[in-house]
Amino acid sequence: MPIFEAIVLALKQIRVQKLKSFFTLLGVTISVMFLIAVVSIVEGMAKYVEQDFAAKFLGVNVFNVRRFPDINTDVTEAEWRAWQRRPRITPQDGLAIRDALPPEARWALHDVTWAAGTSEFRNGGPQIMAQAVTPDFFRIKDLVVDKGRAFTDQDDRLGSPVVVIGTEIAEHYFPNLDPLGRELKINRFPFTVIGVLEKQGSVFGMSLDRQVIAPFGSQMSNLTRARFNLYGVVVQADNPAALENTKEIVREVMRRRHGLRPAQKDDFVFETSESALTQWNSIRQFLVLAGMVLPAIGLVVGAIVIMNIMLVAVAERTREIGIRKSIGARRRDILAQFLAESTTLSMLGAALGVALGIGLSQAVAAVSPLPATVAPWSIVMAVLIGAGVGIGAGAYPASRAAKLDPIFAMRQE
Amino acid sequence: MQETIDVPMHTTAERKIVVGEAGTPPDRKWVIVTRGIKREYDMGGEVVRALRGVDLAIGRNEYVAIMGPSGSGKSTLMNVIGCLDTPNAGEYWLNGTLVSSMTDDQLARIRNKEIGFVFQTFNLLPRATALHNVELPLVYAGIGADERKRRAKEALERVQLDNRMDHRPNELSGGQRQRVAIARALVNKPSILLADEPTGNLDSATSEEIMRVFEELSNTGQTVIMVTHEADIAAHARRVVVLRDGVIHSDDRREVFTQRVGL
Repeated sequence: MPIFEAIVLALKQIRVQKLKSFFTLLGVTISVMFLIAVVSIVEGMAKYVEQDFAAKFLGVNVFNVRRFPDINTDVTEAEWRAWQRRPRITPQDGLAIRDALPPEARWALHDVTWAAGTSEFRNGGPQIMAQAVTPDFFRIKDLVVDKGRAFTDQDDRLGSPVVVIGTEIAEHYFPNLDPLGRELKINRFPFTVIGVLEKQGSVFGMSLDRQVIAPFGSQMSNLTRARFNLYGVVVQADNPAALENTKEIVREVMRRRHGLRPAQKDDFVFETSESALTQWNSIRQFLVLAGMVLPAIGLVVGAIVIMNIMLVAVAERTREIGIRKSIGARRRDILAQFLAESTTLSMLGAALGVALGIGLSQAVAAVSPLPATVAPWSIVMAVLIGAGVGIGAGAYPASRAAKLDPIFAMRQE
Repeated sequence: MQETIDVPMHTTAERKIVVGEAGTPPDRKWVIVTRGIKREYDMGGEVVRALRGVDLAIGRNEYVAIMGPSGSGKSTLMNVIGCLDTPNAGEYWLNGTLVSSMTDDQLARIRNKEIGFVFQTFNLLPRATALHNVELPLVYAGIGADERKRRAKEALERVQLDNRMDHRPNELSGGQRQRVAIARALVNKPSILLADEPTGNLDSATSEEIMRVFEELSNTGQTVIMVTHEADIAAHARRVVVLRDGVIHSDDRREVFTQRVGL
């Protein structure tokens, strides 16, 4: 029997038993739905991380010189202890880097701490991400000051107690007021607001609009305790091609300052958007794997359901099989008929799952900041899974049907 | 058209001569030749010898009834002739081909191309229309949809059911169902039409109607073999083979048979 006939026959069979067929393919549908949804959510996260997170958090052609990676996963106890023994990064390191950098590169000292705020209008509120930086920080991170101004080299040199604040901080501490020129106390140190940053949004639920930025020369660096333990030195190369070269220059400076011999490894790290993304990629691989293992278990259950239903179908239709054989159906014809039926069922289930999965990921995209994107490969995979489960689950029942003796089969009621 | 083939086959010895030597292809005038066919079943340790050496030759265009009481082996013989079953011993030649040693799938081909079955219980697919039921053998013959429809309609016309094509078996009377089954049996232009108790589930008026269909088919040159246990049905055939205890008891023309049983 040509395969087309077998599929038409299968569809007829499915139509006759709509409800039963629906329950039969439910397992496959749900598994495929979650597969599609999980993959698209993870892919959406990937897109989000690559486009928003990496750019917002780190900047373009930028690397941070740090004692150890700030964004990390899978750190062993031993590694962590080794990191703790490393020399701290100091502002002097930053100055040495500055002296070695080519003129077109930019640099900034950067320190950060969580602090409490007070204004004459509000006492306390959300934690403030308090940062002490040198003025080029704004340009390196491409921070736009919406209202007022950023601080200058002069502010930094003089240690002026001025601060640029995020929109959330502005709204909280100066409700319905113009914050410019007003006083914001950070851990009791008074600062004058001179600028408000453009709205930044958030990464992974952490608002970037709760940051405040003050000159490194001001009280802020005492507040963050930057003198002997700097969060990092931010370096920006002029263009992507110069990035590696710039890193080498900085590496030389740092190794010399730390007195490392050639055989010794670096006792500091360069955090780039790439290194952050490497971390992310391992998380992502894990998520994709988890997102596939769980539906895989569902698929096994789905396959067992289909196999069971097909065995029942073979038993119910023994007489039909006998009749078909008596008028010339060969083993392979009967085999094809039942395989087509199980595969069509399973493919229908997969198709339904794809549709629901796309729907689910759209729903996730609508209610969360994750731009869930359906990966074409996950659809291809769903289709292959559908076919595979159908053939796998149908093989045994179909071969039983094919082996039936026509005389015996026709005697069944 | 041939009435019956005029060769003496009344005694075991005569039949042995007619069917010929084992291993040699039989004369082309025979559509069916069986040589010493034996079939045994193992029924829970007890061996049932359903056929104990059947020599039978049936010519092209013959209309033969195979008769016998239940347990005589007539159903087993029909299954063997219909290629649904294979003998334990002996040879079965169909249309000059030795089919007794064929594989399952080869037998399926033969059933599809050479044999048209008509069963007591009709054996139609309940959910398929009359037309689709008749088309089915052509599906397995690998014939395209248009050609299939055309030939199925033709076959239904031959049994005067072209006005019931889109009805399902449960919307048809017993006689109509059996005529659908006959159309299905004929659609692939088989060498033999093989009917197993074709009137067993029908009242006498409908039985007569079906017998008329067989008569007409026989008159147009179709070889018809009918298995029955009813003497009056068997008397419609031109030759009657009576089976008893797994061997042929008698093999006569209708006239001889009817006289003997007193019809």
